[in-house]
Amino acid sequence: MPQLPPIAVNRLVKIYQTVPAVDGISFTLAPGSITALLGGNGAGKTTTIASIMGLITPTSGRVTVLGAEMPRQRYHVLHRMNFESPYVEVPMRLTVRQNLTVFGKLYGVEGLRERIAELGHELNLTDLLDRPTNNLSAGQKTRVSLAKALVNNPDVLLLDEPTASLDPDTADWVRGHLERYCREHHATLLLASHNMTEVERLCERVIILKRGRIEDDDTPANLLRRYGRRTLEEVFLDVVRSNGGESREAAQ
Amino acid sequence: MTLQHSLQQKSVVAASAQRVSAMMLRHWYLLRSSWPRLLDLIYWPTVQMVTWGFLQYYIASNAGFFARAGGTFIGAVLLWDILFRGQLGFSISFLEEMYSRNLGNIMMSPLRPFEFIISLMVISVVRLSIGAVPVTFLAIAFFGFNLYGFGLALVAFFFNLMLTSWAIGIFVSGLILRNGMGAENLAWSVMFLLMPLACVYYPVATLPDWLQPVAWLLPPTYVFEGMRTLVIDKVFRPDLMIDALALNAILFAAGVFGFLQLLQSARRRGSLMQSGE
Repeated sequence: MPQLPPIAVNRLVKIYQTVPAVDGISFTLAPGSITALLGGNGAGKTTTIASIMGLITPTSGRVTVLGAEMPRQRYHVLHRMNFESPYVEVPMRLTVRQNLTVFGKLYGVEGLRERIAELGHELNLTDLLDRPTNNLSAGQKTRVSLAKALVNNPDVLLLDEPTASLDPDTADWVRGHLERYCREHHATLLLASHNMTEVERLCERVIILKRGRIEDDDTPANLLRRYGRRTLEEVFLDVVRSNGGESREAAQ
Repeated sequence: MTLQHSLQQKSVVAASAQRVSAMMLRHWYLLRSSWPRLLDLIYWPTVQMVTWGFLQYYIASNAGFFARAGGTFIGAVLLWDILFRGQLGFSISFLEEMYSRNLGNIMMSPLRPFEFIISLMVISVVRLSIGAVPVTFLAIAFFGFNLYGFGLALVAFFFNLMLTSWAIGIFVSGLILRNGMGAENLAWSVMFLLMPLACVYYPVATLPDWLQPVAWLLPPTYVFEGMRTLVIDKVFRPDLMIDALALNAILFAAGVFGFLQLLQSARRRGSLMQSGE
Protein backbone atom coordinates (compact mmCIF):
# COMPACT_ATOMS: atom_id res chain seq x y z
CA MET A 1 0.00 0.00 0.00
CA PRO A 2 1.45 3.41 -0.92
CA GLN A 3 2.37 5.62 2.03
CA LEU A 4 0.02 8.57 2.58
CA PRO A 5 1.71 11.94 2.07
CA PRO A 6 2.32 13.58 5.46
CA ILE A 7 0.95 16.86 4.10
CA ALA A 8 -1.24 17.28 1.03
CA VAL A 9 -2.66 20.66 0.11
CA ASN A 10 -5.12 20.63 -2.78
CA ARG A 11 -6.44 23.85 -4.35
CA LEU A 12 -6.47 25.59 -0.98
CA VAL A 13 -8.27 28.91 -0.95
CA LYS A 14 -8.68 31.12 2.09
CA ILE A 15 -10.51 34.41 1.76
CA TYR A 16 -10.78 36.79 4.71
CA GLN A 17 -13.95 38.77 4.03
CA THR A 18 -13.09 39.72 0.44
CA VAL A 19 -9.30 39.47 0.58
CA PRO A 20 -7.78 36.20 -0.67
CA ALA A 21 -4.88 35.28 1.63
CA VAL A 22 -4.29 31.98 -0.15
CA ASP A 23 -5.52 31.56 -3.68
CA GLY A 24 -5.73 27.98 -4.92
CA ILE A 25 -2.39 26.48 -3.92
CA SER A 26 -1.56 22.78 -4.19
CA PHE A 27 1.47 20.82 -3.02
CA THR A 28 2.32 17.49 -1.46
CA LEU A 29 5.22 16.81 0.88
CA ALA A 30 7.10 13.52 0.86
CA PRO A 31 7.66 11.62 4.12
CA GLY A 32 10.89 12.65 5.84
CA SER A 33 11.34 15.71 3.61
CA ILE A 34 12.33 19.20 4.71
CA THR A 35 10.57 21.93 2.73
CA ALA A 36 10.72 25.71 3.00
CA LEU A 37 7.74 27.95 2.48
CA LEU A 38 9.05 31.32 1.36
CA GLY A 39 7.31 34.54 0.61
CA GLY A 40 7.19 38.19 1.51
CA ASN A 41 4.93 39.58 4.21
CA GLY A 42 1.30 38.82 3.39
CA ALA A 43 2.22 36.16 0.85
CA GLY A 44 0.07 33.58 2.66
CA LYS A 45 2.69 31.53 4.55
CA THR A 46 1.08 31.82 7.98
CA THR A 47 -2.40 31.15 6.58
CA THR A 48 -1.09 28.07 4.78
CA ILE A 49 0.62 26.76 7.93
CA ALA A 50 -2.43 27.57 10.08
CA SER A 51 -4.64 25.67 7.60
CA ILE A 52 -2.32 22.67 7.82
CA MET A 53 -2.51 22.85 11.61
CA GLY A 54 -6.31 22.96 11.48
CA LEU A 55 -6.49 26.39 13.08
CA ILE A 56 -8.24 27.82 10.03
CA THR A 57 -11.15 26.48 8.04
CA PRO A 58 -10.37 26.82 4.31
CA THR A 59 -12.81 28.74 2.15
CA SER A 60 -12.41 25.92 -0.36
CA GLY A 61 -9.94 23.21 -1.21
CA ARG A 62 -8.63 20.40 0.92
CA VAL A 63 -5.76 19.95 3.36
CA THR A 64 -4.84 16.52 4.69
CA VAL A 65 -2.20 15.70 7.27
CA LEU A 66 -1.16 12.06 7.66
CA GLY A 67 -4.37 11.16 5.84
CA ALA A 68 -6.69 13.19 8.08
CA GLU A 69 -8.68 16.06 6.61
CA MET A 70 -8.03 19.33 8.40
CA PRO A 71 -9.67 20.78 10.41
CA ARG A 72 -12.52 18.23 10.42
CA GLN A 73 -10.47 15.19 11.42
CA ARG A 74 -7.71 17.05 13.25
CA TYR A 75 -7.99 15.06 16.48
CA HIS A 76 -6.96 11.91 14.61
CA VAL A 77 -3.50 13.38 14.01
CA LEU A 78 -2.80 16.34 16.29
CA HIS A 79 -0.88 14.11 18.71
CA ARG A 80 1.51 13.27 15.84
CA MET A 81 2.11 16.91 14.87
CA ASN A 82 3.63 19.92 16.56
CA PHE A 83 4.66 23.45 15.72
CA GLU A 84 6.57 26.50 16.73
CA SER A 85 5.65 30.01 15.74
CA PRO A 86 6.60 33.53 16.78
CA TYR A 87 2.85 34.22 17.08
CA VAL A 88 2.56 32.01 20.14
CA GLU A 89 4.60 31.51 23.30
CA VAL A 90 4.68 29.02 26.10
CA PRO A 91 3.43 30.45 29.44
CA MET A 92 6.27 32.60 30.72
CA ARG A 93 5.58 32.30 34.45
CA LEU A 94 5.97 28.53 34.40
CA THR A 95 9.39 26.95 34.62
CA VAL A 96 10.76 25.16 31.59
CA ARG A 97 10.11 21.79 33.23
CA GLN A 98 6.53 22.76 34.16
CA ASN A 99 5.84 23.88 30.58
CA LEU A 100 7.24 20.68 29.12
CA THR A 101 5.28 18.64 31.67
CA VAL A 102 2.02 20.37 30.76
CA PHE A 103 2.54 20.00 27.01
CA GLY A 104 3.87 16.47 27.38
CA LYS A 105 0.68 15.51 29.18
CA LEU A 106 -1.48 17.31 26.62
CA TYR A 107 0.20 15.29 23.86
CA GLY A 108 -0.02 12.06 25.87
CA VAL A 109 3.75 11.52 25.94
CA GLU A 110 4.78 8.31 27.69
CA GLY A 111 7.87 8.33 29.90
CA LEU A 112 7.55 12.09 30.14
CA ARG A 113 10.17 12.57 32.84
CA GLU A 114 12.78 10.82 30.70
CA ARG A 115 11.65 12.71 27.59
CA ILE A 116 12.08 16.06 29.36
CA ALA A 117 15.55 15.05 30.54
CA GLU A 118 16.39 13.96 26.99
CA LEU A 119 15.16 17.26 25.51
CA GLY A 120 17.05 19.17 28.19
CA HIS A 121 20.21 17.35 27.15
CA GLU A 122 19.63 17.64 23.39
CA LEU A 123 18.68 21.32 23.40
CA ASN A 124 21.15 22.33 26.07
CA LEU A 125 18.40 23.22 28.54
CA THR A 126 19.30 20.93 31.44
CA ASP A 127 20.55 23.76 33.67
CA LEU A 128 17.52 25.88 32.80
CA LEU A 129 14.79 23.32 33.42
CA ASP A 130 13.80 24.69 36.81
CA ARG A 131 14.00 28.37 35.90
CA PRO A 132 10.90 30.42 35.05
CA THR A 133 10.74 30.74 31.27
CA ASN A 134 10.35 34.49 31.64
CA ASN A 135 13.86 34.75 33.13
CA LEU A 136 15.53 33.27 30.06
CA SER A 137 17.20 35.09 27.19
CA ALA A 138 15.45 35.33 23.80
CA GLY A 139 17.63 32.56 22.42
CA GLN A 140 16.96 30.29 25.39
CA LYS A 141 13.22 30.91 25.04
CA THR A 142 13.41 29.89 21.38
CA ARG A 143 15.08 26.65 22.46
CA VAL A 144 12.28 26.09 24.99
CA SER A 145 9.67 26.61 22.25
CA LEU A 146 11.58 24.13 20.13
CA ALA A 147 11.63 21.65 23.02
CA LYS A 148 7.85 22.07 23.30
CA ALA A 149 7.55 21.45 19.55
CA LEU A 150 9.57 18.24 19.84
CA VAL A 151 8.15 16.95 23.14
CA ASN A 152 5.87 14.41 21.42
CA ASN A 153 8.42 13.27 18.82
CA PRO A 154 6.15 14.57 16.04
CA ASP A 155 5.96 12.95 12.60
CA VAL A 156 4.99 16.31 11.11
CA LEU A 157 6.70 19.45 12.34
CA LEU A 158 5.69 22.97 11.29
CA LEU A 159 8.12 25.72 12.14
CA ASP A 160 7.69 29.43 11.58
CA GLU A 161 11.03 31.29 11.82
CA PRO A 162 12.59 28.71 14.17
CA THR A 163 15.93 30.47 14.53
CA ALA A 164 14.76 34.07 14.77
CA SER A 165 16.50 35.87 17.64
CA LEU A 166 19.22 33.22 17.94
CA ASP A 167 22.88 34.13 17.58
CA PRO A 168 24.54 32.59 14.48
CA ASP A 169 26.29 29.87 16.47
CA THR A 170 23.13 28.74 18.31
CA ALA A 171 21.06 29.08 15.13
CA ASP A 172 23.46 26.82 13.30
CA TRP A 173 23.37 24.34 16.17
CA VAL A 174 19.53 24.34 16.15
CA ARG A 175 19.52 23.72 12.37
CA GLY A 176 21.84 20.80 12.90
CA HIS A 177 19.52 19.45 15.58
CA LEU A 178 16.44 19.77 13.36
CA GLU A 179 18.24 18.06 10.49
CA ARG A 180 19.27 15.21 12.78
CA TYR A 181 15.78 14.94 14.26
CA CYS A 182 14.12 14.65 10.84
CA ARG A 183 16.67 12.12 9.64
CA GLU A 184 16.45 9.92 12.74
CA HIS A 185 12.64 10.07 13.10
CA HIS A 186 11.86 10.22 9.39
CA ALA A 187 9.81 13.30 10.28
CA THR A 188 8.44 15.75 7.72
CA LEU A 189 9.35 19.37 8.31
CA LEU A 190 7.68 22.39 6.76
CA LEU A 191 9.53 25.55 7.52
CA ALA A 192 8.56 29.18 6.99
CA SER A 193 11.62 31.35 7.12
CA HIS A 194 13.11 34.58 5.89
CA ASN A 195 16.58 33.30 6.61
CA MET A 196 17.88 32.11 3.25
CA THR A 197 21.04 30.60 4.73
CA GLU A 198 18.78 28.45 6.85
CA VAL A 199 16.69 27.43 3.87
CA GLU A 200 19.76 26.56 1.77
CA ARG A 201 21.27 24.59 4.60
CA LEU A 202 18.16 22.65 5.64
CA CYS A 203 15.71 22.33 2.80
CA GLU A 204 15.63 20.00 -0.14
CA ARG A 205 12.64 21.82 -1.61
CA VAL A 206 11.50 25.43 -1.68
CA ILE A 207 7.95 26.63 -2.30
CA ILE A 208 7.78 30.36 -2.99
CA LEU A 209 4.47 32.09 -2.36
CA LYS A 210 3.43 35.44 -3.67
CA ARG A 211 0.04 37.08 -3.14
CA GLY A 212 -1.41 33.77 -2.02
CA ARG A 213 -0.22 31.77 -5.02
CA ILE A 214 2.71 29.44 -5.60
CA GLU A 215 5.17 31.40 -7.68
CA ASP A 216 7.79 28.68 -7.84
CA ASP A 217 8.47 25.24 -6.41
CA ASP A 218 11.77 23.45 -6.84
CA THR A 219 14.99 22.33 -5.16
CA PRO A 220 17.33 25.14 -4.03
CA ALA A 221 19.93 24.06 -6.62
CA ASN A 222 17.42 24.13 -9.48
CA LEU A 223 16.09 27.52 -8.42
CA LEU A 224 19.62 28.97 -8.40
CA ARG A 225 20.30 27.49 -11.81
CA ARG A 226 17.03 28.55 -13.39
CA TYR A 227 17.15 32.12 -12.09
CA GLY A 228 20.87 32.36 -12.81
CA ARG A 229 21.59 33.52 -9.27
CA ARG A 230 24.25 32.63 -6.71
CA THR A 231 22.10 32.74 -3.58
CA LEU A 232 18.50 31.97 -2.68
CA GLU A 233 18.19 35.49 -1.32
CA GLU A 234 18.73 36.82 -4.85
CA VAL A 235 16.14 34.38 -6.19
CA PHE A 236 13.73 35.45 -3.46
CA LEU A 237 14.23 39.14 -4.33
CA ASP A 238 13.73 38.39 -8.03
CA VAL A 239 10.42 36.74 -7.24
CA VAL A 240 8.99 39.21 -4.74
CA ARG A 241 10.04 42.33 -6.68
CA SER A 242 8.77 41.27 -10.06
CA ASN A 243 5.25 40.64 -11.21
CA GLY A 244 4.32 36.98 -11.61
CA GLY A 245 4.89 36.78 -15.37
CA GLU A 246 8.34 38.37 -15.19
CA SER A 247 9.65 36.05 -12.50
CA ARG A 248 8.38 32.98 -14.31
CA GLU A 249 10.00 34.20 -17.53
CA ALA A 250 13.24 34.85 -15.66
CA ALA A 251 13.11 31.36 -14.22
CA GLN A 252 12.59 29.83 -17.64
CA MET B 1 -19.19 -5.02 23.31
CA THR B 2 -15.85 -6.78 22.80
CA LEU B 3 -13.07 -6.67 25.36
CA GLN B 4 -10.87 -4.82 22.87
CA HIS B 5 -13.51 -2.14 22.30
CA SER B 6 -14.00 -1.74 26.03
CA LEU B 7 -10.24 -1.35 26.56
CA GLN B 8 -10.10 1.20 23.74
CA GLN B 9 -12.91 3.19 25.35
CA LYS B 10 -11.07 3.15 28.67
CA SER B 11 -7.86 4.38 27.09
CA VAL B 12 -9.76 7.18 25.31
CA VAL B 13 -11.26 8.28 28.63
CA ALA B 14 -7.86 8.03 30.37
CA ALA B 15 -6.20 10.14 27.64
CA SER B 16 -8.99 12.69 27.92
CA ALA B 17 -8.62 12.84 31.71
CA GLN B 18 -4.87 13.29 31.31
CA ARG B 19 -5.37 16.29 29.02
CA VAL B 20 -7.84 17.86 31.45
CA SER B 21 -5.38 17.28 34.32
CA ALA B 22 -2.60 18.85 32.23
CA MET B 23 -4.61 22.06 31.90
CA MET B 24 -5.43 22.04 35.60
CA LEU B 25 -1.76 21.55 36.35
CA ARG B 26 -0.88 24.48 34.08
CA HIS B 27 -3.17 26.81 36.05
CA TRP B 28 -2.10 25.41 39.39
CA TYR B 29 1.55 26.14 38.50
CA LEU B 30 0.50 29.64 37.50
CA LEU B 31 -1.36 30.34 40.74
CA ARG B 32 1.50 28.90 42.80
CA SER B 33 4.02 31.09 41.05
CA SER B 34 2.21 34.38 41.63
CA TRP B 35 1.22 35.70 45.08
CA PRO B 36 -0.54 38.78 43.59
CA ARG B 37 -2.89 36.42 41.77
CA LEU B 38 -3.63 34.58 45.01
CA LEU B 39 -4.14 37.84 46.88
CA ASP B 40 -6.49 39.07 44.19
CA LEU B 41 -8.65 35.98 44.65
CA ILE B 42 -9.33 36.79 48.29
CA TYR B 43 -9.13 40.59 48.33
CA TRP B 44 -12.47 41.64 46.78
CA PRO B 45 -14.63 38.96 48.41
CA THR B 46 -13.28 40.08 51.78
CA VAL B 47 -13.86 43.79 51.09
CA GLN B 48 -17.40 43.05 49.86
CA MET B 49 -18.30 40.88 52.79
CA VAL B 50 -16.97 43.33 55.40
CA THR B 51 -18.72 46.34 53.79
CA TRP B 52 -22.09 44.64 53.48
CA GLY B 53 -21.68 42.99 56.85
CA PHE B 54 -21.39 46.37 58.60
CA LEU B 55 -24.32 47.73 56.58
CA GLN B 56 -26.38 44.77 57.67
CA TYR B 57 -25.34 45.42 61.27
CA TYR B 58 -26.43 49.03 61.05
CA ILE B 59 -29.82 48.31 59.43
CA ALA B 60 -30.56 45.42 61.76
CA SER B 61 -30.19 47.71 64.77
CA ASN B 62 -32.57 50.31 63.28
CA ALA B 63 -35.42 48.40 61.66
CA GLY B 64 -37.59 45.63 62.96
CA PHE B 65 -38.00 43.76 59.68
CA PHE B 66 -34.29 43.65 59.02
CA ALA B 67 -33.67 42.51 62.57
CA ARG B 68 -35.74 39.44 61.63
CA ALA B 69 -34.07 39.20 58.28
CA GLY B 70 -30.62 39.13 59.84
CA GLY B 71 -28.09 37.58 57.49
CA THR B 72 -29.84 38.19 54.17
CA PHE B 73 -27.29 40.78 53.09
CA ILE B 74 -24.22 38.82 54.06
CA GLY B 75 -25.83 35.68 52.69
CA ALA B 76 -26.56 37.53 49.44
CA VAL B 77 -23.02 38.87 49.25
CA LEU B 78 -21.49 35.44 49.78
CA LEU B 79 -23.80 33.78 47.25
CA TRP B 80 -23.29 36.61 44.77
CA ASP B 81 -19.56 36.06 45.12
CA ILE B 82 -20.01 32.40 44.23
CA LEU B 83 -21.85 33.46 41.07
CA PHE B 84 -19.54 36.33 40.13
CA ARG B 85 -16.22 34.75 41.15
CA GLY B 86 -17.23 31.45 39.56
CA GLN B 87 -17.70 33.15 36.20
CA LEU B 88 -14.62 35.31 36.68
CA GLY B 89 -12.55 32.25 37.65
CA PHE B 90 -13.58 30.59 34.42
CA SER B 91 -13.13 33.63 32.18
CA ILE B 92 -9.84 34.78 33.73
CA SER B 93 -8.34 31.31 33.42
CA PHE B 94 -9.29 31.49 29.75
CA LEU B 95 -7.89 35.03 29.46
CA GLU B 96 -4.60 33.84 30.99
CA GLU B 97 -4.09 31.82 27.79
CA MET B 98 -4.65 34.97 25.74
CA TYR B 99 -2.42 37.11 27.98
CA SER B 100 0.40 34.58 27.71
CA ARG B 101 -0.11 34.11 23.91
CA ASN B 102 -0.54 30.42 24.60
CA LEU B 103 -3.94 29.93 22.96
CA GLY B 104 -2.41 28.80 19.65
CA ASN B 105 -0.45 26.12 21.49
CA ILE B 106 -3.62 24.94 23.24
CA MET B 107 -5.72 24.96 20.09
CA MET B 108 -3.04 23.11 18.15
CA SER B 109 -2.69 20.46 20.88
CA PRO B 110 -4.91 17.36 21.05
CA LEU B 111 -7.00 19.05 23.79
CA ARG B 112 -10.66 18.90 22.74
CA PRO B 113 -12.96 21.91 23.28
CA PHE B 114 -15.04 20.01 25.85
CA GLU B 115 -11.87 19.06 27.74
CA PHE B 116 -10.80 22.70 27.70
CA ILE B 117 -14.21 23.66 29.10
CA ILE B 118 -14.11 20.97 31.81
CA SER B 119 -10.62 22.00 32.89
CA LEU B 120 -11.66 25.66 33.13
CA MET B 121 -14.73 24.66 35.15
CA VAL B 122 -12.60 22.77 37.66
CA ILE B 123 -10.07 25.59 37.82
CA SER B 124 -12.86 28.09 38.48
CA VAL B 125 -13.95 26.01 41.50
CA VAL B 126 -10.34 25.92 42.76
CA ARG B 127 -9.97 29.69 42.34
CA LEU B 128 -13.33 30.28 43.99
CA SER B 129 -12.44 28.03 46.91
CA ILE B 130 -9.18 29.86 47.50
CA GLY B 131 -11.02 33.20 47.54
CA ALA B 132 -14.39 32.41 49.08
CA VAL B 133 -13.79 29.76 51.73
CA PRO B 134 -11.60 31.97 53.97
CA VAL B 135 -14.17 34.78 53.59
CA THR B 136 -16.98 32.53 54.84
CA PHE B 137 -14.93 31.91 57.98
CA LEU B 138 -14.33 35.65 58.36
CA ALA B 139 -18.13 36.14 58.13
CA ILE B 140 -18.53 33.77 61.07
CA ALA B 141 -15.79 35.53 63.04
CA PHE B 142 -16.86 39.14 62.31
CA PHE B 143 -20.64 38.95 62.04
CA GLY B 144 -21.61 35.54 63.42
CA PHE B 145 -23.02 34.60 60.00
CA ASN B 146 -22.49 30.92 59.26
CA LEU B 147 -23.08 30.17 55.58
CA TYR B 148 -22.55 26.48 56.31
CA GLY B 149 -25.59 26.69 58.60
CA PHE B 150 -27.67 26.49 55.40
CA GLY B 151 -26.75 22.80 55.34
CA LEU B 152 -27.87 20.89 52.26
CA ALA B 153 -29.58 24.00 50.91
CA LEU B 154 -26.11 25.50 50.47
CA VAL B 155 -25.20 22.58 48.19
CA ALA B 156 -28.26 23.33 46.02
CA PHE B 157 -27.51 27.07 46.03
CA PHE B 158 -23.84 26.47 45.19
CA PHE B 159 -24.49 24.00 42.40
CA ASN B 160 -27.08 26.20 40.73
CA LEU B 161 -24.95 29.33 40.97
CA MET B 162 -21.89 27.52 39.61
CA LEU B 163 -23.89 26.19 36.66
CA THR B 164 -25.00 29.73 35.79
CA SER B 165 -21.47 31.10 36.23
CA TRP B 166 -20.02 28.38 33.99
CA ALA B 167 -22.67 28.88 31.30
CA ILE B 168 -21.94 32.59 31.13
CA GLY B 169 -18.15 32.06 31.46
CA ILE B 170 -18.19 29.58 28.58
CA PHE B 171 -20.15 31.93 26.33
CA VAL B 172 -17.99 34.96 27.18
CA SER B 173 -14.84 32.92 26.49
CA GLY B 174 -16.28 32.06 23.09
CA LEU B 175 -16.85 35.76 22.41
CA ILE B 176 -13.24 36.55 23.36
CA LEU B 177 -12.01 33.69 21.22
CA ARG B 178 -13.97 34.99 18.26
CA ASN B 179 -13.44 38.74 18.73
CA GLY B 180 -10.06 38.93 20.46
CA MET B 181 -9.07 40.96 23.50
CA GLY B 182 -11.45 43.75 22.46
CA ALA B 183 -14.14 41.63 24.16
CA GLU B 184 -12.12 41.24 27.37
CA ASN B 185 -14.23 43.75 29.31
CA LEU B 186 -17.23 41.47 28.95
CA ALA B 187 -15.49 38.96 31.21
CA TRP B 188 -15.45 41.53 34.02
CA SER B 189 -18.79 43.19 33.48
CA VAL B 190 -21.31 40.76 32.03
CA MET B 191 -22.41 39.39 35.40
CA PHE B 192 -23.33 42.87 36.62
CA LEU B 193 -26.00 42.94 33.93
CA LEU B 194 -27.66 40.10 35.82
CA MET B 195 -27.30 41.70 39.25
CA PRO B 196 -30.39 43.95 39.27
CA LEU B 197 -32.58 41.36 37.54
CA ALA B 198 -31.45 38.38 39.63
CA CYS B 199 -32.66 40.28 42.72
CA VAL B 200 -29.52 39.63 44.71
CA TYR B 201 -30.27 42.05 47.57
CA TYR B 202 -34.07 42.45 47.37
CA PRO B 203 -37.12 40.25 46.70
CA VAL B 204 -38.47 39.80 43.17
CA ALA B 205 -41.67 41.57 44.30
CA THR B 206 -39.63 44.79 44.48
CA LEU B 207 -39.34 44.87 40.68
CA PRO B 208 -42.09 46.42 38.53
CA ASP B 209 -44.72 43.86 37.50
CA TRP B 210 -43.60 43.82 33.85
CA LEU B 211 -39.99 43.07 34.81
CA GLN B 212 -40.71 40.21 37.20
CA PRO B 213 -41.24 37.55 34.48
CA VAL B 214 -37.83 38.52 33.07
CA ALA B 215 -36.25 38.06 36.50
CA TRP B 216 -37.81 34.61 36.78
CA LEU B 217 -36.07 33.60 33.56
CA LEU B 218 -32.73 33.83 35.36
CA PRO B 219 -31.67 30.82 37.46
CA PRO B 220 -29.87 32.91 40.14
CA THR B 221 -33.16 34.69 40.94
CA TYR B 222 -34.47 31.38 42.32
CA VAL B 223 -31.35 30.92 44.43
CA PHE B 224 -31.44 34.39 46.00
CA GLU B 225 -35.18 34.15 46.58
CA GLY B 226 -34.64 30.70 48.11
CA MET B 227 -31.89 32.05 50.35
CA ARG B 228 -34.16 34.84 51.67
CA THR B 229 -36.97 32.36 52.32
CA LEU B 230 -34.53 30.19 54.22
CA VAL B 231 -33.08 33.02 56.29
CA ILE B 232 -36.30 34.94 56.98
CA ASP B 233 -38.97 32.21 57.09
CA LYS B 234 -36.64 29.30 57.95
CA VAL B 235 -38.12 27.34 55.05
CA PHE B 236 -36.16 25.61 52.30
CA ARG B 237 -37.97 25.66 48.93
CA PRO B 238 -36.77 22.68 46.83
CA ASP B 239 -39.22 23.70 44.06
CA LEU B 240 -37.23 26.88 43.51
CA MET B 241 -34.01 24.87 43.21
CA ILE B 242 -35.57 22.44 40.71
CA ASP B 243 -36.83 25.35 38.59
CA ALA B 244 -33.35 26.92 38.74
CA LEU B 245 -31.76 23.62 37.74
CA ALA B 246 -34.07 23.26 34.73
CA LEU B 247 -33.27 26.80 33.57
CA ASN B 248 -29.58 26.20 34.21
CA ALA B 249 -29.63 23.10 32.05
CA ILE B 250 -30.96 25.23 29.17
CA LEU B 251 -28.53 28.07 29.88
CA PHE B 252 -25.54 25.72 30.13
CA ALA B 253 -26.43 23.95 26.88
CA ALA B 254 -26.85 27.35 25.20
CA GLY B 255 -23.46 28.49 26.59
CA VAL B 256 -21.66 25.40 25.26
CA PHE B 257 -23.46 25.62 21.91
CA GLY B 258 -22.57 29.31 21.64
CA PHE B 259 -18.92 28.56 22.48
CA LEU B 260 -18.68 25.87 19.80
CA GLN B 261 -20.30 28.14 17.21
CA LEU B 262 -17.95 30.99 18.09
CA LEU B 263 -14.96 28.62 17.97
CA GLN B 264 -16.02 27.55 14.51
CA SER B 265 -16.40 31.17 13.49
CA ALA B 266 -12.91 31.92 14.92
CA ARG B 267 -11.52 29.14 12.71
CA ARG B 268 -13.18 30.71 9.70
CA ARG B 269 -11.88 34.18 10.60
CA GLY B 270 -8.41 32.91 11.42
CA SER B 271 -8.42 34.52 14.86
CA LEU B 272 -7.14 31.50 16.82
CA MET B 273 -3.50 32.46 16.41
CA GLN B 274 -4.05 36.07 17.34
CA SER B 275 -4.09 37.37 20.87
CA GLY B 276 -4.61 41.07 20.24
CA GLU B 277 -7.77 43.05 19.58
